[in-house]
Amino acid sequence: MADKIRVATASLCGCFGCHMSLLDIDERILELVQLVEFDRTPLTDIKTVGDCDIGIIEGGVANAENVEVLREFRKHCKVLVALGACAVNGGIPAMRNSFELRECLEEAYIEGIGVANPQIPSDPEIPMLLNKVHPIHEVVKVDHFLPGCPPSGDTIWTFLTELIEGKPIGFPYEQIHYD
Amino acid sequence: MTHEEIIREIIAPSGTSRAAERSQLLQYLCQIQHQCSYIPGDAITQLATRLQMPASEIQGLIGFYAFLHEQPRGDYDILLSDSISDHLLGSRLLLQQLCNRLGVAPGVPRADGRVTVDTTSCTGICDQGPAMLLNGRVISRLTDRRIDHICALIEASTAVTQWPAEFFQVDDNIRRRDLLLSEETAAATMDGKALRVLLETDGNAILDVIEKSGLRGRGGAGFRTGMKWRFCRQAESDSRYVVCNADEGEPGTFKDRVLLNSYADSVFEGMTLCAGVVGASRGYLYLRGEYRYLLEPLQAVLRQRREKGLLGQCILGKDGFDFDIEIHLGAGAYICGEESSLIESLEGKRGIPRNRPPFPVTHGYLNQPTVVNNVETFMAAAKIAVLGADWFRQAGTPESTGTKLLSICGDCERPGIYEYPFGVTIKQVLEDCGAVNTQAIQVAGAAGTTLPVADNGRRIAFEDVSTGGSFMVFNNDRDLLDMVQNFSHFFVHESCGFCTPCRVGGSLLKNLVDKLVNGHATHYDVGEMKQIGSLMKRASHCGLGSTAPNPVLDLLNHFPQLVESRLAHSGYEPAFDLDAALQEARDITGRDDPGAHIRTET
Amino acid sequence: MSSKNTFMLDGVAIEFSEGDTIMDAALRSGSYIPHLCHNPEFRPHGSCRVCVVNINGRQVSSCTQPASAGLEVDNSSEDLVQERRNLLQMLFVEGNHVCPGCEKSGACQLQAVAYYTGMLSPQYTHFFPQRSVDASHPDTAIDFNRCILCELCVRASRDVDHKDVFSISGRGIGSHLVVNSPSGKLGDSAFAATDKAAHVCPVGAILPKHRGYEQPIGSRLYDRSPISIVGDVAAHESDDQGDTHGR
Repeated sequence: MADKIRVATASLCGCFGCHMSLLDIDERILELVQLVEFDRTPLTDIKTVGDCDIGIIEGGVANAENVEVLREFRKHCKVLVALGACAVNGGIPAMRNSFELRECLEEAYIEGIGVANPQIPSDPEIPMLLNKVHPIHEVVKVDHFLPGCPPSGDTIWTFLTELIEGKPIGFPYEQIHYD
Repeated sequence: MTHEEIIREIIAPSGTSRAAERSQLLQYLCQIQHQCSYIPGDAITQLATRLQMPASEIQGLIGFYAFLHEQPRGDYDILLSDSISDHLLGSRLLLQQLCNRLGVAPGVPRADGRVTVDTTSCTGICDQGPAMLLNGRVISRLTDRRIDHICALIEASTAVTQWPAEFFQVDDNIRRRDLLLSEETAAATMDGKALRVLLETDGNAILDVIEKSGLRGRGGAGFRTGMKWRFCRQAESDSRYVVCNADEGEPGTFKDRVLLNSYADSVFEGMTLCAGVVGASRGYLYLRGEYRYLLEPLQAVLRQRREKGLLGQCILGKDGFDFDIEIHLGAGAYICGEESSLIESLEGKRGIPRNRPPFPVTHGYLNQPTVVNNVETFMAAAKIAVLGADWFRQAGTPESTGTKLLSICGDCERPGIYEYPFGVTIKQVLEDCGAVNTQAIQVAGAAGTTLPVADNGRRIAFEDVSTGGSFMVFNNDRDLLDMVQNFSHFFVHESCGFCTPCRVGGSLLKNLVDKLVNGHATHYDVGEMKQIGSLMKRASHCGLGSTAPNPVLDLLNHFPQLVESRLAHSGYEPAFDLDAALQEARDITGRDDPGAHIRTET
Repeated sequence: MSSKNTFMLDGVAIEFSEGDTIMDAALRSGSYIPHLCHNPEFRPHGSCRVCVVNINGRQVSSCTQPASAGLEVDNSSEDLVQERRNLLQMLFVEGNHVCPGCEKSGACQLQAVAYYTGMLSPQYTHFFPQRSVDASHPDTAIDFNRCILCELCVRASRDVDHKDVFSISGRGIGSHLVVNSPSGKLGDSAFAATDKAAHVCPVGAILPKHRGYEQPIGSRLYDRSPISIVGDVAAHESDDQGDTHGR
């Protein structure tokens, strides 16, 4: 067990679609667990990240908590992977970058249809929003990028097996898409 | 006159062809801007109708040239020169002072419409800066006292014509004379002597002399002048053009300003000689907008030459030797110093460099064979025609014959114009201009080369350190990163935006330089700068893009210890200030608890 | 054809005729050189620089460089591919290219060329510029977030439609597409969905309205085969121009 590769994953500002896609490797997940063991990930519900070989990040950086989690991952993971469009370039959430943060919050919490007791939340428990959503490489060093919304199970499988086997990373044509 | 009347007068049909009128478009816009302080929407509509062109194209022109505006500027429109040479003389503090005293933010007209304060790229007054343009006129030698005086005049609504004359004084500052500027040869080209030589011999003889002299283009590129003239002469066409490139925009270059101020007749003589040799009947002097104050004196010189029969029909009585010169103004676009951009601009278009081939010698202005030469080149050609190839070759090196005018500024006792034989060492130049405690020299402007003082044994010559004339000195008290940052911003401001590497790469590079200056760059960012810089050098569409990364690459290559001392200690730094990115949320929520901040990682 | 009229592209002899650019001759012979601003129906532009090739250690844009006999042209060295990838990355960070939310995705030339060069991420720092969407025209929308300044619509509207609907304004990183109409809106201009200019955009900046996501994922233009085999999106645009005409 000791020489299994430790993998951690996290979803920042994303939709968990990339994690769902990870599960799309289907029965190959049995092969995968022969090779790796999971540290912090939504799949294990472990909340803090320990020293890992591979850290996989879904989602972009939209708030202070995202920054903190991302930094923890970078600190503890030998190899950090940006998984999916949001981690790679901000993705759909970054479409809010065309607007002022105030406009977004007012639209959601004040002007929005059906909003009761309109006010912009300011509880210290709530992570503070950055003025823009950023891809993760604009905050920490990223070693590998897997585009796609989400990247297919096959793409993820190709990547993980090549990485674990120490082969150069390369994909068949159909496995790379940005959407 | 109302704006409407001004516009009507400026764009009144000239009776020439529409193509010819269209090439006047930029000139119309410059005049409207000058007299109305902006280009009113009405003017755009009227011009579009008159010239039968899309209004959006005219807007595209206004959007391209920094001196043209669709919104009114202040009655007093101030542009402070933002070159590094002005910075060295304290211009940034003066900008602050000016804005504070007048109660304006840079670029935004004051609410009462009285004044705008903004910055502009190098105004070419580097030897007597800091300088500013006021409604297109140069004010030199700014001090805090002069700024206070200016503010008082503006608040009192004093007409610019009533301002103290010494404000507008621009000296030649010639410190060293050689072949071109010496008193002995001053008379050589007077009264059309070069043209007389042409009429006594013929075009071929002149071409032979020019070729034998080894004269190469003085703008910096160094193309052989005789060859250029010969190609143009040989090109098949009924009409040819001679264009003088007086778009002296390279930061730190001001020798053409001096030549046009005191030697314009020789320059026009050289242009006319060229016209006689290649068979051109029309010439243009493309004068950078910053030198608008020279426009009227230059036109006076042209008038005198016409009166003397040195321009116009049958020059010196020779049948068929017809040639005249028109002056076109630029409008704040460094790229127009590139010859094909200059031609586009002459045609009244956005100054986007053309694809080459074909080259201007065969397909230039209006697609006709065109010689484009620098001011100094035309002057040298005129002298060579009279005094001969050997006279010219007595100075210089075999590869770089003759002399070169250097415009020297920065940290030295005696800034100004120095004419040297090619081959002079940088050490000699530094001694002559009184530079002490020198750290580095920037030769050939922002697009040029940064040399550590240890390289002062190198020589000014095409085969060693080539320059169009700019020579800036930086002493040991200076932070070279200020210079590199200034140049990076300059290139972002001046990129035409046509090609990807210069447009996008230049901006990325500028942001990385800012990161370095702010102490947040890492080795990773240095790698990025090298990669982006080298891509720009190789893949750009024109010389601007391929030289724009030079200051950054020179810094990284020649001053590694300086760079190292300014790097952040971490291996990787965010691309933006994380805590500052929360400011907007703090403002909205009123939060300031620990969770409302992001600490810098240690 | 005599051997005089050939040059070598990655070691393969390419025949050319007088007046051909390297791009013209290569495309005609079935050799692919990546490109974005080039479209064989229009005069070469040379702005995107994605088609740069090496000749004798110098780089030129193959869409503007005249072919000449005996040239040795490198179109595929690792350095060159890396350089093209970097140029594409620059275009991606310059605009707001949100592929998952773009109807052109899957049939977008910017994407396809990026796939071809193996680009996995834009990697530079994003500009996230503030740009607008113009939905004023009944049949066509412009999303300026996606414009890469190839000027194909400018050329098509000027040279084929003779309408001059588009121009470029600003300069440097502020360069942007403008519409020739009193309001600056497309709906106010002479533009029609049947114009050539409506069918040349290599990205999702100029898009037809009233239809969307017509091709399911998996059967879109570049889903299965690379652009080197499929060809430019504009070449396929003409296939379905009939639809628009028939509307």
